[in-house]
Formats: sequence, C-alpha cells, structure tokens
Amino acid sequence: MGAHHGPAKGLGRWLFTTNHKDIGTMYLWFSFAMFILGGAFAMIIRAELFQPGMQLVEPGFFNQMTTMHGLVMVFGAIMPAFVGLANWMIPMMIGAPDMALPRMNNWSFWILPPAFLILASTLLMEGGAPGFGWTFYAPLSTTYAPPSVTVFIFSIHVLGLSSIMGSINIIATVMNMRAPGMTYMKMPLFVWTWLITAFLLVAVMPVLAGCVTMMLMDIHFGTSFFSAAGGGDPVLFQHVFWFFGHPEVYIIILPAFGVVSQIIPAFSRKPLFGYDSMVYATASIAFLSFIVWAHHMYTVGMPVAGELYFMYATMLIAVPTGVKVFNWVSTMWRGAMSFETPMLFSLGFLVLFTIGGFTGLMLSIAPSDFQYHDSYFVVAHFHYVMVAGAVFSMTAAVYYWLPKWCGKMYNETMGKTHFWISFIGFNLTFFPQHFVGLAGMPRRIPDYALQFADFNMMSSVGAFIYGSSQILFLYNVIATIVSGKPTSEEKTWDGAEGLEWTVPTPAPYHTFETPPAVR
Amino acid sequence: MSSQTSNEYEKYYVPEKSKLAVMATIGLMLSVFGAGSILNDMTFGEAEGGSSSWTIFLVGLFWFMATLFVWFRTAIRENMAGMNSVQLKRSYVLGMWWFIFSEVMFFAAFFGALFYLRTLVGPWLAGEGEGGRMNHLLWDNFSYSWPMMETPQEAVGGAASQPMANQGSFVSPHKSMAFKDATAWWAWLPLWNTIILLSSSVTVHFAHTALLKSNKSKFNLWLGISVALGIIFVGLQALEYYEAYAHYGLTLNSGIYGSTFFMLTGFHGFHVLMGMTMLLIQFLRSVFGGHFTAEDHFGFEASSWYWHFVDVVWVLLFLFVYIL
Repeated sequence: MGAHHGPAKGLGRWLFTTNHKDIGTMYLWFSFAMFILGGAFAMIIRAELFQPGMQLVEPGFFNQMTTMHGLVMVFGAIMPAFVGLANWMIPMMIGAPDMALPRMNNWSFWILPPAFLILASTLLMEGGAPGFGWTFYAPLSTTYAPPSVTVFIFSIHVLGLSSIMGSINIIATVMNMRAPGMTYMKMPLFVWTWLITAFLLVAVMPVLAGCVTMMLMDIHFGTSFFSAAGGGDPVLFQHVFWFFGHPEVYIIILPAFGVVSQIIPAFSRKPLFGYDSMVYATASIAFLSFIVWAHHMYTVGMPVAGELYFMYATMLIAVPTGVKVFNWVSTMWRGAMSFETPMLFSLGFLVLFTIGGFTGLMLSIAPSDFQYHDSYFVVAHFHYVMVAGAVFSMTAAVYYWLPKWCGKMYNETMGKTHFWISFIGFNLTFFPQHFVGLAGMPRRIPDYALQFADFNMMSSVGAFIYGSSQILFLYNVIATIVSGKPTSEEKTWDGAEGLEWTVPTPAPYHTFETPPAVR
Repeated sequence: MSSQTSNEYEKYYVPEKSKLAVMATIGLMLSVFGAGSILNDMTFGEAEGGSSSWTIFLVGLFWFMATLFVWFRTAIRENMAGMNSVQLKRSYVLGMWWFIFSEVMFFAAFFGALFYLRTLVGPWLAGEGEGGRMNHLLWDNFSYSWPMMETPQEAVGGAASQPMANQGSFVSPHKSMAFKDATAWWAWLPLWNTIILLSSSVTVHFAHTALLKSNKSKFNLWLGISVALGIIFVGLQALEYYEAYAHYGLTLNSGIYGSTFFMLTGFHGFHVLMGMTMLLIQFLRSVFGGHFTAEDHFGFEASSWYWHFVDVVWVLLFLFVYIL
C-alpha cells in the first residue's frame, strides 16, 4: 500500500491534523467532556430538587442550570459525539481514504471548543448566564434577557457554522467517496442515517442562525420581529425555532438509529431485517420532521385547523418509526444472539426509546397535550429519547468500535456493570417523572408541591447513580486504551459485517488509500 | 486486507497537515468576541471596554480574512500543480452546491417570517380571525395594512398607554418602498436594481460561454461588466437606504415593515457584496494571473452559481417585499 505517513508528534498532531480518525477522536473526547459538564449541571438541578423547598441554589441560577444543561447536552455532547463517530466510521465504512474536504473537517472541529468556552463563560458574566431555557423563547430571551444573551447568540452562530461545514463534508464524502461497487443501497445503515442527518443539518441550522439573528436585531437594533407592539409576534419566534428544533431532534436520533442498525445484526448473527424499508423509513422520518414543528406549541393559541393538521401529521411519524422498531425486533428473531456490552446498550435503547416514542405519541394528541404541556411528563419523554435513545446508542457504539480504534479489548464485566447501573439509574431518574408530570408538576422550577416529594427524591437518587456510572465508563475506556488486552483480530465481533472490519486492528492511520472492491 | 481495485485509480489528495483551520478559528473567535462586546457596550452601556472591543473585532476580522485568503490561495495552487483528481474536484462542486443550499434555507427563514407576519399576524393583531380573538382588547384602533404605516403601539397611543405596548419604541414611516408608494415607475429604484441584477446574471453567463470557447479576452470583458453591475447595484441599494432613513422615516425602528424590509434587503445586499467580491477575485485571477481554461475553471463557475443564486433571491424580494 505504499509508505504510510504516521501521525505527527506532539500537540501539532491534533491542532493541524487533516486525518479523519484524529478529528473523530477529538470530537469524541470533546463531546465526552461536554457530557460531563452538562451532567454536572444536571446534578445541580437534581440536588436542588432532592427535596421540596429551596435548598442549594437561587431560582435564577437554577434557571441558568436548566438552560446550560440543555444547550451543552444538545449542541456540545450529543451532536459532536455523532459527528465524531461519523468522522471515524464513514470513510472506513464506504472504503474512502478520508473525508472529502479534510482541512475544512479540522476547522469544523476546532471552532467548537472556543464556542463552548465563550458560552460557558457567560456563567461568570454580570447578570448571569442565559436563564431562559434551551429553547430561548422570546420575549424572555429578548426584552428580558441578561447581557450574556449576545454571547449566547454568537456562540450559536459558530456552532451552526461548525455543523453546516461538518454536514457538507459528510454529504460530499458519502456522495463522492464511495468505493467502486458501493452503491447507495449497499451502504451500511449508519452511513445512510448520517447522510440524511447531514441533509437535515444543512437545511435547518441556517434557519436557527436566522432565528438568533432576528433576536440579535430585536435586542440591539430596535426591530420588532418578536414584539407585537411593533407588529411582530412572539409566537413567530416559536415557529422559526421549532422549524429548526423539530428536525433537530431527528438529527440527534437518526445517527443513533444507524448505530443500532449496525450492532443488533452483529450480535444476532443475522443480516438486518428489511434494509430497504429501513432506508425509506429514515427518509420518511426526515421528510415528516419538516412539517410537524408546531406540535411543540399546541397551547400557544393556534387556530384549531392548525392544531388538527399538526396533530395528524405528527402521528404519521409513528408509522416509519414503528417500521424501524419492527425491523430491529425481527432482526433478532431466531438469531444466534449474544449479549456483550454493545448489544446490551442497543437493547436498552430499543426498549427505552420505544417507551419514549409512545409517550411522544401521547404528547402528539393536541387535546391531551394541553395537560402534558411543559410538565415533567415532557421532560421524561424527551430524556427517554435523548438519553436512552441517543446517549445509550452512542455508548454502545463506543464499546462496539473501541477495539477497532485502539487495538485493545475493553473489560467486558466492567462494561456490563456500566450498562446495568446506567439502565437502573436512568429509569429510576426518569420513569417517576412521567407520574409527577401527569399529576401536574411543571418543568423548569426549583421548588415543587409536597405531593411530588417522594418521586423527586427517587429521581435525584437515580440521577446520581446514572451520573456516577459514567465515571466507570470513562475509567473503562481509559483503562482499555492504556492497558487493555491487545487484540489484532480484524473482526472483533464474529457477527459484524462491513468494510471497517476488513482493515487491520487497530485501524492504521490511513485506510483505503486505494479503494477496496465491493461486490 | 480486502482486495484492491484496478491500478488506474487516481489517488485522492489528502493534505498531510495544515495550520489553516486553527488560524481561521483564532480570527473567527476574536471577531465574534469583539462583535459581541461592541453590541453589549452599545446596548447595555459598558463604557470601559468600548474602544478595545472594536480593536479586537477588527484585528480578528483582518486575521480571519487573511487566513481565508491564504486558504483559497493554497487550494488554487494545489489545483494548478495538478494535485486534484477528478474525484476531488467533484468534492468541491458538491461542497459549493450544498453551501448554496444552506444559504437558501437561511433566506427561507426570513421569507417564512415575512409570510407568517403578513398573512397571519397582521390580521390577528387587528382582531380578525381565530388568532385575533383577544387582540381588539389589547390593540384597540389598530387596523392592518401592508406596508404597515401605523404600528399597534402607535395605534393605542404610545408605549406608556398599556403594558403590552412597552416593548421598544416603534415609529412608522411616512412613505414605504413599495411600488404603490412610488411617484413614477421610472423613478422607482427597485425596478432599476432588478434590471441591473438580472443583466449581471446574463453577463456572467456570457462570460462563461466565452470561457468555454477559450475566448479569454471576451471572458474578461463580460466578467468585468458583471462585477461593475454588481457594484452599481450595491451603490443603488446604499442610496435607497439613505433615502429611507433621510426622507421616508423608514428605519429599523419602524415596526415590522421596517424590520422585514431591512433584514431581507440587507442580508441580500450583504450576499451581493460577497458574490461580487468572489467574482472580482476571479476577474483579478483571470486578468493578472492568467488563470482558468475552458476545461478547468471551478473558481469562476462556483462564483457564478452563487451569483445566480443571489439573483433568484432578489427576484423573490422584488416580488414579495417591493411589489406585493
């Protein structure tokens, strides 16, 4: 294969790299750091909510915590984690030498850490960090916002820039860099889901940029987009935001679907059931995501025709999602299954994501949503899809590909322990929140009525269990890299399929400098 | 190792390492930090940091521009050194197309806002329809028309008249930029701007045709004319803004008509400026560097796509901001 250029030495390797594996690694570590930071914010929230009454923090600071927790987790932890995975795996899965535009790839990563640095610095600013929730509804985020909102707006711009460039890179890679014979319908499903995710990102991140730009203009230049006094409308903010925001939730979950669609067949030792329908279902979900945004705002005073339309359109999403769940279950049917850590996390995903999907279906029903709206039921719902959906599948992906990445095997017992503590901790945290939500506990409050005390205490205990189980995860990963049992098997898992399992283990710095032949 | 494909495969050029990304990051973050400080100084009155904010912003911006210059120069030199395979060139094409798509979606946000405000919010504020059931209590006397020549705040007698009216201070224009307010069709600036911008799209196309026939002098001529038309357009837009502020009372503070007018035309004007700069750079490359051949002229082609895109946006603006 000719002379290999190994990685450069020292810090320069990471600063100046154009290598998709280096960049993927940086994304993954950065997102884990953000996961810990966002997790720390969550711990403050749960510590305050451990008991009714005001214990630890001021209400204003509590609001800053819920806001920063959401922003850091969505934009800092989950999205970059999947971008990191895409960087590592897509070129190896389609037989490409690297990403299509390697220098831009490096830039997409390197603007992220400073953007989060300035976002986190708002905690130290006069007037405090943004406290208007991660959805930053106007006029709370315009007329009544602290000065740090300007910094927040610009950091959103930079994050958007990073996402758009990263996505353009992924689209160009998938469309242009596939090995000969790797037709679209032969691509691994992870590549498919990321192609569609990247399309969603390029389509909606500019809308978010437009949304925060309108905020910026209202705050600093006296425009009236979100002020009825000037002929604008605060509800306009919600429309523009959720036109971004709803596709955003599929941006988060589609790559998770992709990961699970790689792992379940590997540990069922059967090809994925209904590959074609998986592709079509993913595309349908992406299409529907553009036309359902107002189900986030049923209680805002829309005309009844609007409520009905958005209700029925939203319910439609259950169809392609149902196809996916059916296919995953059918893949396992009569498979020779084994239950290593990646499979455990994928099964955890499958069960818990389905629960999150069903509560989503409940929330889609406009008349009932009037009761659920902005309650802890919503918090429970989206943590079932965000944490048990996206984060569990991300964790599964790390265990699944870690041996390929570093040529060493993780500790299986510790991995399984991590799963069971996570699974129990997660459900203990979020399952009770369904009940308190249905009983009327609103989200984003630092105090609550006494009848919610027991369930909230359970939630807090669960949150600390789930949070500390991530330390075990970190330890396991570092221990693997430092002193894991070396493995040089090309195929770590006997049931795994795909080009990434045909290269040596650990994966060399450059793979597929000339493309492989795909039959 | 899996089997390899045939040996005639052209190697995809992957640069070994590059300082460009980190340099661009430093410039971008400095300018973003500076811009944020400038705005906060302005609005929330932190007088002390005032002068250094501008310095940080301008240093960052210059740094960023300089990095972009080096970045593009590097990419161009690589191409001229023959390092770019056919496949790599396709990556650049895809990158440009999807970048333009992202720009389309950026404008879609503002056009979407315009449609929503004009067709739903306006009538609702005037108490009409299902969305307006309570609004006659809040905005008594407000009647809706577009362009909005009286804001709800003014209709109820100013910011102090009721609590909901106190967010900002909005003074309506006495004259709008719409066609119905024009004194005569030939004295209506947007019409001339439309003619100018549409012609520039045609001249860019002529330049492209000339280049495909390897007629470089004709290419330079048509490209130069396109750039000149772009400059005239920007000049006329500046004149229009001056008119708006000086004679029409139409400002960013004019309520939703002024907000949408300046945001849509302003972002479009900014994109014209970018597209014009791109074309100008291609012009300079061609005239002084002798770049571009009939077969290899991606820099020009990408700029021309961008230019056509900006043109299409203008047609929509002309229709929905100025005429209808």
